[in-house]
Amino acid sequence: MTATTTGRPARPAGTARSARVLAAVTVSEGRLYLREPAAVFFGLFFPAVLLVALGLLMPWAKEPFGEAPPLSEITAITGYTPIVLALAIGTVAYTTFPPTMGTYREKGVLRRLSTTPLPPSRMLTAQLLVNLGMLVVASALAVVGGAVVLGVTMPRDPLVVLLVFVVAAAANMAVGALIAAVVPNQGAATGAGMLTYMTSLFFAGVWFPLPLMPEVVQTISRYTPLGAASQALAAGWYEGRFPGVELAVMAAWTLVMVPLAARLFRWT
Amino acid sequence: MTAPVIEVAGLRKTYGPKVAVDDVSLVVGRGEIVGILGPNGAGKTTTVECIGGLRVPDAGTVRVLGLDPRHDRAALRERLGLQLQESEMPAKITVREALDLYATFYANPADPGELIRDLGLADRATTQFRRLSGGQKQRLSVALALVGNPEVAILDELTTGLDPQARRETWGVIERIRERGVTILLVTHFMEEAERLADRVLLIDAGKVVAEGTPAQLAARATAQTVRFSTAEPLPAGLLEQIPGVAAVTGDGTDYEVRGAEVAVDVVLAVTGAGLRPQHLRVEQGSLEEAFVSIVGNGPKEA
Repeated sequence: MTATTTGRPARPAGTARSARVLAAVTVSEGRLYLREPAAVFFGLFFPAVLLVALGLLMPWAKEPFGEAPPLSEITAITGYTPIVLALAIGTVAYTTFPPTMGTYREKGVLRRLSTTPLPPSRMLTAQLLVNLGMLVVASALAVVGGAVVLGVTMPRDPLVVLLVFVVAAAANMAVGALIAAVVPNQGAATGAGMLTYMTSLFFAGVWFPLPLMPEVVQTISRYTPLGAASQALAAGWYEGRFPGVELAVMAAWTLVMVPLAARLFRWT
Repeated sequence: MTAPVIEVAGLRKTYGPKVAVDDVSLVVGRGEIVGILGPNGAGKTTTVECIGGLRVPDAGTVRVLGLDPRHDRAALRERLGLQLQESEMPAKITVREALDLYATFYANPADPGELIRDLGLADRATTQFRRLSGGQKQRLSVALALVGNPEVAILDELTTGLDPQARRETWGVIERIRERGVTILLVTHFMEEAERLADRVLLIDAGKVVAEGTPAQLAARATAQTVRFSTAEPLPAGLLEQIPGVAAVTGDGTDYEVRGAEVAVDVVLAVTGAGLRPQHLRVEQGSLEEAFVSIVGNGPKEA
């Protein structure tokens, strides 16, 4: 093995790690996302459609949200708006992101990537960016649609809502990333994702508004990623309270889930 | 002799109690096409996965272009193209989009448009992956393995699952790649494929190299010739069997079939020596397929 050194032509290394390549992968993944009608509907339009449909069809929409302040000061549909934003976060985190990664693993897309100079984590990053992009658009559509069509009251503390939204997206995408990291195929990803999604929607108050649920459910909800998101968004939207506990809970979920997902991630 | 492109010595890989690769050594020179041939489960794919740095061997050394696949992974990825079994693309990506995307991963990529033409995909450039035929998917797969302008390409089970027409088209593609000067390690379980494409063939069975040589050399190692003829009268009993090199004689009345290594001339001489003429004489050279069966079937199998 001594006299076998092969001449190495000089090749600039690290091209695949550049931001340009991440951008190319993200654009490609975004284009593929937009070619999936179901993902486009649920990821982009479902929150707005749900909010507007409930607002127009439900007799309770224009009623006060509760009997005592602050709930009595807003309409029920305004009270439902932070819940819909939590639903938008859950939708991308649990129903579009993990199944795509499960499919890529099942079909060997990740395996093929592992044969190229691209660090396969770039695919994960691109997927996160695409889903976050969809989430921002979906949330804007819901809020604007709610305001224009239903006259939903805007947040009392917009900066708190914005901060909560970012932290909540991070926490729930982190939980979604753990699912995406380990599921062997699309079926498992969809199953695990939907189970998490449905449970999360319950704790976020989608099925039944949280302020009207028993105290014990509200307490449990505060420690789940999407329940904390829903309560913190409500705090900034109409309660006028700084959601310190909820933000800490979501930060904790993120700090535990991200390293765990990174550690458990499987390429095949 | 120039330095070898791929050098493997004493490669061993086990999965729990199962020995996938027992002891494989091989050398591939620059510009060569070497076929790795063997039955399913012989350890072919594990061998190339170790060479490609996708798996870590338990023992042995692997050098590709002088690089250690484990430690020089990033450098190797730029110069080695790997086409793996069962690696698909996203269903709705088009041929052109896939190649353009993969080209961005490499420092000195090939021209995707040229590859699309070379691999006969020009009329499918805007077709989504899910709408490609099996042969077109395989050709895209080969194109993706070549888009980084690799010096060496590993193609695993290139034509498995393709119909004969698509298989021949894909072989044509490999012959054109050879003209680009790319060194190719070709894993297959089709003898015909190795015979057509490979300069040299390694037969792997139960995790070991059991034979090595050009397709013609390997074929000659097997029951090299089959001689068929008939005679006007039956030949004396035992006449053909005693010819040196004859492995088997089957006969039906005055029709004979003799198998053995380089026996045709001796058979004809023996028949004429017995005062008869071999009629309807046909001689068939052994194929790699027969070599494969005889070597793998009877070869040493201690594991």
